[in-house]
Amino acid sequence: MRVGLFVTCLADLMRPSVAFAAVKLLEDAGCMVEVPAGQTCCGQPALNSGDSVDARAIAQRVIAAFDGFDAVVGPSGSCMGTLRHDYPALFADDPAWRARAESLAQRSHELLSFLVDVLKVERVDARYDGKVTYHDSCAGLREMGVRDQPRKLLAGVQGLELVEMRGTEECCGFGGTFCVKYPEISTKMVDDKIAHIEASGAGTVAGGDLGCLLNIAGRIKRRGLPVRVVHTAELLAGMGARPSIGEPEGS
Amino acid sequence: MQASGTTFPQRVSVAIVDKRLQAALARASGGLAQRRAALVAALPEFEALRERARCVKEHVLANLDGYLERYEEQVTRRGGQVHWAATAEDARAIILEICRKANARTVTKGKSMVSEEIGINPALEAAGYEVIETDLGEYIIQLAKEPPSHIIMPAVHMTRQQVGDLFDEHHRPLGYTKHLTEVSEMVDEARQVLRGHYFRADVGITGGNFLVAETGSSIIVTNEGNGDLTQTLARVHIVTSGIERVVPTLEDATTFLRLLARSATGQETECYTTVSTGPRRADDLDGPQEYHVVLVDNGRSKMLGGPFREMLRCIRCGACLNHCPVYTSIGGHAYGWVYPGPMGSVLTPLINGIDKAYDLPNACTLNGRCQAVCPVKIPLPGLLRELRRQQFESGLTPAPIRWALQVWAALAKRARLYHWATRIAIPLLSRLGRRRGALSWLPLAGGWTGTRDLPAPQGGTFQQAWRKRRRGQR
Repeated sequence: MRVGLFVTCLADLMRPSVAFAAVKLLEDAGCMVEVPAGQTCCGQPALNSGDSVDARAIAQRVIAAFDGFDAVVGPSGSCMGTLRHDYPALFADDPAWRARAESLAQRSHELLSFLVDVLKVERVDARYDGKVTYHDSCAGLREMGVRDQPRKLLAGVQGLELVEMRGTEECCGFGGTFCVKYPEISTKMVDDKIAHIEASGAGTVAGGDLGCLLNIAGRIKRRGLPVRVVHTAELLAGMGARPSIGEPEGS
Repeated sequence: MQASGTTFPQRVSVAIVDKRLQAALARASGGLAQRRAALVAALPEFEALRERARCVKEHVLANLDGYLERYEEQVTRRGGQVHWAATAEDARAIILEICRKANARTVTKGKSMVSEEIGINPALEAAGYEVIETDLGEYIIQLAKEPPSHIIMPAVHMTRQQVGDLFDEHHRPLGYTKHLTEVSEMVDEARQVLRGHYFRADVGITGGNFLVAETGSSIIVTNEGNGDLTQTLARVHIVTSGIERVVPTLEDATTFLRLLARSATGQETECYTTVSTGPRRADDLDGPQEYHVVLVDNGRSKMLGGPFREMLRCIRCGACLNHCPVYTSIGGHAYGWVYPGPMGSVLTPLINGIDKAYDLPNACTLNGRCQAVCPVKIPLPGLLRELRRQQFESGLTPAPIRWALQVWAALAKRARLYHWATRIAIPLLSRLGRRRGALSWLPLAGGWTGTRDLPAPQGGTFQQAWRKRRRGQR
């Protein structure tokens, strides 16, 4: 299967290892992975700020960049939710683009649900020693139906003990531009999330969206807490031992 | 009732450090969400009920004129009177006129969010009427001279201690001298104080959870029975309700009642479900002599034909508030008007003007939990985003945000330029944070770095590393 990797802007800029982990997982499952150079971002900052003109322009470029792939897969429920649910709605009045957007929407998948639901991956060959709790990122959970898939694969990682935290389905307070526009509310929310992580006894929190993870890791780092923050794909690709989010490279 | 001169961010700053408020919010919302979840899990047909409710509401909204005419016909046939109020001001004038004609002095009130929306209490008081709220929560905030902070639990922001002190102050002159610390004692004392008012009242005002077109009935649900006493013992009963609250039949109403109790308070059914159909008939033992329904539009018919129609499905259960991480972080008063939380963030700009409540649609992470629990499946995050779009198009979005978006979008639309620019910028940023693995300060990023570090980029961009790897493989 020819898979186009939707890198996501955050993985591209902040944490390429997440995208490399996605490539490894997809290739191990037998996919031929390509990375179109015409992609930048899914356009959520414009879309969620009410700038539908720019959101449409960016969507058109993504749609064109991923023409012809059997599947379009990205390591983010949020970005892939935008491709699947928001792009068709953006072109409600434009039949030609609407059809292309619908085609992309039908081929778009969040990484973990693609591995488990489409490729029927049962387990991955990886090791991570430690207690891990999984944070359900909102868009992945509610827009893309990602809940059991990451848990299933994480449970199969050697040495990994999966524990559930309380309030795992509660928002971490990232919310894109929300976290910089309303930092007080956002900080209260991420502190609530961190309290649940700490109470779970896990030394590592994993999640499927870099936005949430940067927010959680950034606050954990500021407060000097000994919790590692990693993307689920990194754990599953056997890259969990490399420096976690907010840890210096080479440490 | 409009908010006083403070801004949303100012009210947030106060709420977030208010320890008593935070304790009250944490206690209330967590418990309600759990109770609801348990009941939903125990009812296999809950999803089917939601879908049915959504369909009934959509059908009613598509035929609203017909159902409202049918409803008025039935109310009139049973001796009641329907009044149409296009605005909040009209609604106040109609109610004042009914009270004047009835030679009223004392008005009791059951809980009604529409009555809050139209600001009837200040209008009645200004006209010299004695107004007594009979719902315990509403009674408490009336004593405290505060607006409700939740559409179902108006005093949810207050602690038991605060209520005890309030009762000391207001009940002592009535002969109640004991300082109360237990909730059950407070309920008893409030009941005793309220009991006399019901009998003295000339007019009783209630809301209407559902209006039944088939029978001309209005239905209210309460847990205290105060609504029954308010509407049965006064000479005149006034129902205030929004025009969107009509349902075709009594049977349809039962669908909503099952959803409402579970979604609102986590109960299978509320303690009292009361159906009122017209004034007292010749052979009735009790009931009001006059029965009036004030149907309030106040912006609703404008929503009907536009992108916000789905908001008119709302049955005011409050589930979206209880599950909203923003509401449970800041409480209802921070929103500045009578409707807080996700439903309020949609309604307030629509009723008061999108330029009057810029922050409300924006102070949301679009996490979607509200939509997931909404008993009538209102796509609240989508509606909030549509409000943002309208704000952006009317130039209400602040200039710095617009500029930043423009710069970013100019890059994001040009992949080649974007990859070139990020290939230069990202390694620089990475080097700045290399030692700690994170940056504790960045220019123009105070919103992030005020309370959080920014994890440093790993090094170069993925796009660059990927092309390099591919070249190496060839």
